[in-house]
Amino acid sequence: MSFIILQTASLFTTIGIPVIVIGSLGLIFGLILAIASKLFEVQIDPRVAEIIEILPGANCGACGLAGCAGYADRIVNGGEAPNKCAPGGAATAAMIAKIMGMEAEAMEQKVAVIHCSSGGKNNTKWKYAYEGVDSCKSAVNIAGGPNSCSWGCLGLNDCLRACPFDAISLDPNGLRVIDFDKCTACGMCVAACPRKLIHLVPINRNVYVKCSSKERGPDARSVCGSAKPCIGCGICAKKCPVQCITVENNLARIDYSVCTNCGICATVCPTKSILDLLADMRTKEEVSSEA
Amino acid sequence: MGYLGEIFVMAMTAIFIQNFVLSRFLGLCPYLGVSKKLDSALGMGLAVIFVMTLASAFTFLMNRYLLMPYNMEYLQTIAFILIIAALVQFVEMVVQKNAPALYNALGVYLPLITTNCAVLGVAILNTSLFRSDGVTPYTFLDSTLNGFFSGVGFTVVLLAMAGIRMRLEKSELPKSMRGMPIALILAGIMALAFYGFVGFKI
Repeated sequence: MSFIILQTASLFTTIGIPVIVIGSLGLIFGLILAIASKLFEVQIDPRVAEIIEILPGANCGACGLAGCAGYADRIVNGGEAPNKCAPGGAATAAMIAKIMGMEAEAMEQKVAVIHCSSGGKNNTKWKYAYEGVDSCKSAVNIAGGPNSCSWGCLGLNDCLRACPFDAISLDPNGLRVIDFDKCTACGMCVAACPRKLIHLVPINRNVYVKCSSKERGPDARSVCGSAKPCIGCGICAKKCPVQCITVENNLARIDYSVCTNCGICATVCPTKSILDLLADMRTKEEVSSEA
Repeated sequence: MGYLGEIFVMAMTAIFIQNFVLSRFLGLCPYLGVSKKLDSALGMGLAVIFVMTLASAFTFLMNRYLLMPYNMEYLQTIAFILIIAALVQFVEMVVQKNAPALYNALGVYLPLITTNCAVLGVAILNTSLFRSDGVTPYTFLDSTLNGFFSGVGFTVVLLAMAGIRMRLEKSELPKSMRGMPIALILAGIMALAFYGFVGFKI
């Protein structure tokens, strides 16, 4: 009998005590944490989480804040406008506004446009053969870049790699083509281009100056590989019916808040450096009557 | 040798000779995972220093006054993980409430390292380490300091790794070597370099 008691006693010391000690430790820690979670509770607005759900989650930074979570926090706690998310567009802005209980202001949808028609395999003039790191940022540091035009596209695809939405692709000639359906105007390519060739343009404007050269006319003409430089002649500015084009530093720029998409500038440009996406769809009568 | 000398030996051992990452091969997950950018590596490093110091202190108390009297040292792993996890959770809550700035800097890394093997490693190693005379086991202060220096060693290596990896980003590598493969090779070379410290006796 005493043998059994002895055995139960040793069983208790070898198994019972550890079980009790560890079990009660767990219980105590659990209680402490439960009390602490009440005591040190931080109020987090549930709307922040809801807005994070709605945002695209690309963390592109187009809103100017650090990632989608940062933007959601700022909307709720900092009074940021709900229409800053370029990738999300108007639909996202409307949903965020609904959560916040305010009216969404219409957001102007934009797309990225490369303001250079050069940069492909057979329409670029080269100063030297560049064989360094496969990046525009690197190439542009060596003797002002490998291409003759020091304003033009280097053709090393930094913008293509920067695009989080696969909106930029290469055509057979090696030119970068931006798919307007995929482009969300997040601005990653704008920041990636060391020559600052990419600008965001309202999606309903279809006329672009496809050049960024500030060289004088003859110089721009001699270095341009695509033979479509802006020579700063100013004919477009004179012919524009709404005076939305200004020529500054030998380069024409279109003010898209005024532009009516008429396409006249594209027809009068002597070097064809202004691209009109709707050119094929316009009839001659339309153009002349608008003029 | 005075106590300052003892601390110096402890620091050199923890940071260089027996570095947690490169000699003991503990904490490799954050070493490879959070070493892509210098600022996140710094945040992670500071969080590790913080947690290792706290964990060393509390696990020492637990080991000395709870496990040893009942001959339950074999339960170290469970008991230490329990106390470290609870402690980190608790500290995270307190910091979030009282020091939001600190929480923003360290907060995201704290849950990552609650059950990190380097943190558990320093706690378990502390129970079996001796001072440089070879007989005196680590006291409470010794353990805490060792935890702190181990964290510093981890941070030093993590920052070095992040610095090199940020440079690697810009270099042209064969496609098959980009990203993790070159990081692993880099880790191996760094470990070899730190192996050179092993012969030192202080």
